[in-house]
Amino acid sequence: MAVSDSLRATISRAKRNDLIFVALGIAALLFAASTFVALFLDMVGDGLSRLNPSFFTEFASRRAERAGILAAWVGTFAVMLVTALVAVPIGVASGIYLEEYAPKNKLTALIEININNLAGVPSIVYGLLALGLFVHTFGLGASVQTAGLTLALLILPVVIVATREAIRAVPGSIREAAYALGATRWQMVSDHVLPYSMPGILTGVIIGLSRAIGETAPIVTIGAVTFIAFLPPSPVTSSPPFLSFDWLASPFTAMPIQIFNWTSRPEEAFQANASAAALVLVVMTLLMNAIAIWLRYRLRRNLNW
Amino acid sequence: MNDEQKKPDPSTLPKKAASQALNFFYGSKQALKNINLPIYDRKVTALIGPSGCGKSTFLRCFNRMHDLYPGTRYEGQIRLYPDDVNLLDKSVDPIEVRMRLSMVFQKPNPFPKSIFENVAYGLRIRGEKRRSVLMDKVEEALKSAALWNEVKDRLDELATTLSGGQQQRLCIARSLASEPELLLFDEPTSALDPIATASIEELIHQLREKITILIVTHNMQQAARVSDFTAYMYLGDLIEFGWTDDVFFRPKEKQTEDYITGRFG
Repeated sequence: MAVSDSLRATISRAKRNDLIFVALGIAALLFAASTFVALFLDMVGDGLSRLNPSFFTEFASRRAERAGILAAWVGTFAVMLVTALVAVPIGVASGIYLEEYAPKNKLTALIEININNLAGVPSIVYGLLALGLFVHTFGLGASVQTAGLTLALLILPVVIVATREAIRAVPGSIREAAYALGATRWQMVSDHVLPYSMPGILTGVIIGLSRAIGETAPIVTIGAVTFIAFLPPSPVTSSPPFLSFDWLASPFTAMPIQIFNWTSRPEEAFQANASAAALVLVVMTLLMNAIAIWLRYRLRRNLNW
Repeated sequence: MNDEQKKPDPSTLPKKAASQALNFFYGSKQALKNINLPIYDRKVTALIGPSGCGKSTFLRCFNRMHDLYPGTRYEGQIRLYPDDVNLLDKSVDPIEVRMRLSMVFQKPNPFPKSIFENVAYGLRIRGEKRRSVLMDKVEEALKSAALWNEVKDRLDELATTLSGGQQQRLCIARSLASEPELLLFDEPTSALDPIATASIEELIHQLREKITILIVTHNMQQAARVSDFTAYMYLGDLIEFGWTDDVFFRPKEKQTEDYITGRFG
């Protein structure tokens, strides 16, 4: 039996729609990519001349050509360390509890909905919360620890959701295999679910941190200083006990604050500084994402069920 | 299975386990109805029946897998001999039950770890840390599962790189390593090709010398080939139980006969 002409026409119409969708998709993708590339190139054009070793080793200065980002990058690094150390254990533990231990009831459902909602709360709200709670109530000051805790709260939902999704991707058959051999719930989680979901969890953590690294509003709200000419005290000391936690209580500045500060200056030369610092921040973020992708690739090679 | 072999009256055989007046519920839905079934020592007992008849549910009562999911409830007993303990008793720890009975699942489910670690895992959670002991037992289990010659030079390779049939034999080795008293098979060959299926069946033949086996199967020819006893279940009821060749060639129930001859099921 021959194919009728009307069926042929239907097929060719369907194929045309296919092509139209592909064209639209490519156009949308090109728009997004080219916007980013244009911004990035603009930043490189303005800031590249300022990127020399002394830019990284100098404090901020009233003279643009002598100003550097030393305090800013050290501050960002210290804050990120606190953020990761707080958000990762709490977030991963919450994710494990919700996914593997929590009974499926109304309370759990309420908690789940609220965690998802928290991910959408504007970051300034976290800043206000931190100002009231950490700075005023707990008296932690406008310090590295306050900023770290604030950003940890901010990315906690991201870490929890990523952990849960990674855990959920471990097939039930693997869980049953462990249980059938006589494993307890914790043995099943720690020997199997956690190691196998590590790529997904790490990816979530890094994506959370790369969001936190660029956050300006919450750390401005808690009162990070915009001009600082000293570093937090070293965590390693020359006398026993050789470790010091004074850096936690130290005032600080961070990359986004330094950038914001420079862009608000009238002098043209500071705009170049801002571009250069923004370039450094973007590269830091891209590097973190690259690490996430690499880790996921490395660790997932072994996982094919 | 062997016509020439003289079959004794089953009631004179030593029992390894027995379900007594076993009812099982998923929420309010009753999935097993008053199941009384003896499992004879070092014999292979096959559970057959159409999909949804409760044979896998029944099998999973033995190692208390249902305890992992909310809303499930047992009534009655499954007694394990020789110590005559009720496996379903609230005072009996399901972990302890699973340490004594092993299970092989429908789809091969090796851990994405090395071949060695897969087989050693059961021993590790039983507290065995000595490398030499682990090594010996892993070798012994892999030999029992007829996999040793294929993997002895690659124990550190990922278990997931093995073929499907090898993975299932690895899962059997993993179950055997901790020397279970009763081995439960839940349709162990349904995801395998005919050649891998034949090797698993051959393995079950060898294992029945040493260990009691309870096997759920969709495949009636398989039940006929590997089992000493067969139980036919339908909609949560145990319809008929007896020597496999009696059930297949001289069924007492019309329903069993209809199922076995393919008129139904």
